Amino acid sequence: MNEQVEVQSSSLSDRFPEIVLPDTRTGYSGFLVKPENLIAVVRTLREEMGYDYLSSVTGVDYLPENKMEVVYHFYRTTGGGALVLKTQVERENPVVPSLTPLFPGAEFQEREAWDLLGIRFADHPDLRRILTWEGFHGHPLRKDWKEPFFEEEAKPFKSRWPEGHVYRAEDKNPFHDNVQFPAGFDPELWSPETDELLYAGLKRVDKTGDFLTEQVVVNLGPQHPSTHGVFRMVVVLDGETVVDLKPIMGYLHRNHEKIGERNTFLQNMPFTDRLDYVCSMSNNFGYALAVEKLMGIHPPERAEYIRVMMAELTRYLNHIFSIGFLLNDLGAFFTPMLYALEERELILDVFEAVSGSRMMCNYFRFGGVARDIPDEVMQKIRKLVLDRLPRKLDEMDYFITHNEIVRGRCEGVGVLTAERAIALSASGPVLRASGVPYDVRRADPYSIYERFEFNIPVRYNGDIYDRYLLRLDEMRQSLRILQQVLRDIPEGPIMSGKPQYQVRVPAGEAYGRVEGPKGELGFYVVSNGKPNPWRYHVRAPTFINLTSLAEMCRGQKIADVVTVLGSIDIVLGEVDR
Amino acid sequence: MGDENLNSAGYEIPPEMQSQVAITTLDKIYNWSRKNSLWPMMFGLACCAIEMIGTAASRFDFSRFGMEVMRPSPRQADLMIVSGTVTKKMIPQIVRLYNQMPEPRYVIAMGACASGGGPFKEGYTVVAGVDKFIPVDVYIPGCPPTPQALLHGFITLMKKIEKQSLRSVPWYQKTPGEPIPIPILGPDLMDPRKFDQIKQVCGKLAEQGNEPAEGEAAHE
Repeated sequence: MNEQVEVQSSSLSDRFPEIVLPDTRTGYSGFLVKPENLIAVVRTLREEMGYDYLSSVTGVDYLPENKMEVVYHFYRTTGGGALVLKTQVERENPVVPSLTPLFPGAEFQEREAWDLLGIRFADHPDLRRILTWEGFHGHPLRKDWKEPFFEEEAKPFKSRWPEGHVYRAEDKNPFHDNVQFPAGFDPELWSPETDELLYAGLKRVDKTGDFLTEQVVVNLGPQHPSTHGVFRMVVVLDGETVVDLKPIMGYLHRNHEKIGERNTFLQNMPFTDRLDYVCSMSNNFGYALAVEKLMGIHPPERAEYIRVMMAELTRYLNHIFSIGFLLNDLGAFFTPMLYALEERELILDVFEAVSGSRMMCNYFRFGGVARDIPDEVMQKIRKLVLDRLPRKLDEMDYFITHNEIVRGRCEGVGVLTAERAIALSASGPVLRASGVPYDVRRADPYSIYERFEFNIPVRYNGDIYDRYLLRLDEMRQSLRILQQVLRDIPEGPIMSGKPQYQVRVPAGEAYGRVEGPKGELGFYVVSNGKPNPWRYHVRAPTFINLTSLAEMCRGQKIADVVTVLGSIDIVLGEVDR
Repeated sequence: MGDENLNSAGYEIPPEMQSQVAITTLDKIYNWSRKNSLWPMMFGLACCAIEMIGTAASRFDFSRFGMEVMRPSPRQADLMIVSGTVTKKMIPQIVRLYNQMPEPRYVIAMGACASGGGPFKEGYTVVAGVDKFIPVDVYIPGCPPTPQALLHGFITLMKKIEKQSLRSVPWYQKTPGEPIPIPILGPDLMDPRKFDQIKQVCGKLAEQGNEPAEGEAAHE
């Protein structure tokens, strides 16, 4: 925690003596506040102390203490470290006041905590399950909830190692499948959940006057060619105009966090690849940072440079990919995509050469990276960065930026103002295209980013076109960083200490965040000194950016919904985890 | 008709007609045209879908195999590539899409997740392999499979189609094929074909009186 934050935070406990108490558990930081005082404290934080950005809401189940904890990470959009606020409630029937009225960006995150941990948020406007479905039995991230294929609390499983009894998980389950049902359950008496509750939540504005147009509910997805995966939107239409919209996710909920809490720390690294599967290197980066914070180690110089290099290559790759997809959504089917994929393949070749895999790189380790970069690959990167990628970027710019159709469909569509972007906790290109120059690389520098010269591009209109232009700007800045990395990268070791399978992580909590290509990617990790994380939470940027989707789409035409979604640039692996 | 196999029916063709006439069997000509015009459904689930897009793009280019037309509608597709993790929330839709595909239809399980659950098998909302619900023709290992592996999967499927005979395929029967019952989302995923078993096991659990704590099922 830096000094400025320290000062600000101490004034918080001065301001609310007896109400706000510093968190004194070893390895923890931040403040504890009682649920009944939460709203008042948060209001002061926002209105008087300038913490206007609620980054992350995390529920934690402290089973041994019989407590549920909700952890809030607040930031200032002007930069600086986090202010961590925590509130604890009893495990039985936990109720916490909802922060959604103050910070609308908390909406989905609170729904997630309700869904997975069963923490009820009072006054939440729409507290439904978000990743599982209505009617799902239990709250899976509670520590006493066991999945149907449960074997043991923590890996490595004794049954598999060292004795090595191998059997199929299906053989141990009474249903011989990945399912479980409450005792005495009768499937014939079950009435499946309809979408009644969902449709009831969608506002249907009554019009006065005798000539009424019927409002129509349209479901887009989960199988739809332009939803970028298995994503569903329920749209209420008046003619062609969008009256309201609800995103529905969870069709790719792969239990990342539950599996992550059974895994050892290092075993989670390959799983982070599969979060945002377009940019696995950035995910590795965020997780490595969080655990390194806990362990108190730093990677050697060369490894830092390699990390930055990989992260920036990933940013280029992601942005060119997302621009290709945006054009797909505009109706230029697949041809611009072919141009984008051509560059992507070249960068993937680099990734394959250094890590052994094209997409799921699994390249970062705690305290370094897995392998060094061979000279010939370095040559390849140099050629790419200094010659090919800038050229292709200009080509993309030349083809698309002044295209009449692109401008006609994108300018002034899907506008998000700066105030709303901050309130809705948007991050990454979505936030910066709305005129907020907030980038974690500058606002709260990590790794070695403060050494490099680069600008944080900002655009001010907050529409689709600006988000597109901002991505182009960011790619230029990435190339600028890459050129400096290639100039300065030193020789030397790539790992601090010996590589090891089982890392020792002291008890405590850490929140590591990076500026991923899609926004602020954060990992909240709690360790209790055992080989497995006690809590492992991912603040997925696109999941939270989707909170602003409805706002961007209201009043637009149905055809623009697809483009707006494309401009947010979601990846379902990360949205649903 | 460049394919040599087509010209091996065993009849003598007069030399002056050899350039215009070929004799073959109905099975052969039918399979030959079918295997070279597989239309996959444009339908991606997870990470593997990105590699599928990569395979469709210029470097690997699966239109070389006659499958460049990816159809967003199941009614116009005859190949479903299950590209990614199948979750319990998604499987009803996948089964419905499969039922909507006209016969003859084929399914490729792309990647570890679609084949058997993969790294996410232990997850509580993951279906351990799409073949628990729909029949799969080709499994492609890998996480995700490289484009080369996917192409190999396509070629394997083509070889399979080549060997099929109109007499023995399950479609073109007098009565239409039965659709696969669509799974229902209950407290957990319920397969309508297994209702009796679920009832039986749950009833036994209730009889034993060891009512599991909330959210916890019986573990043997």
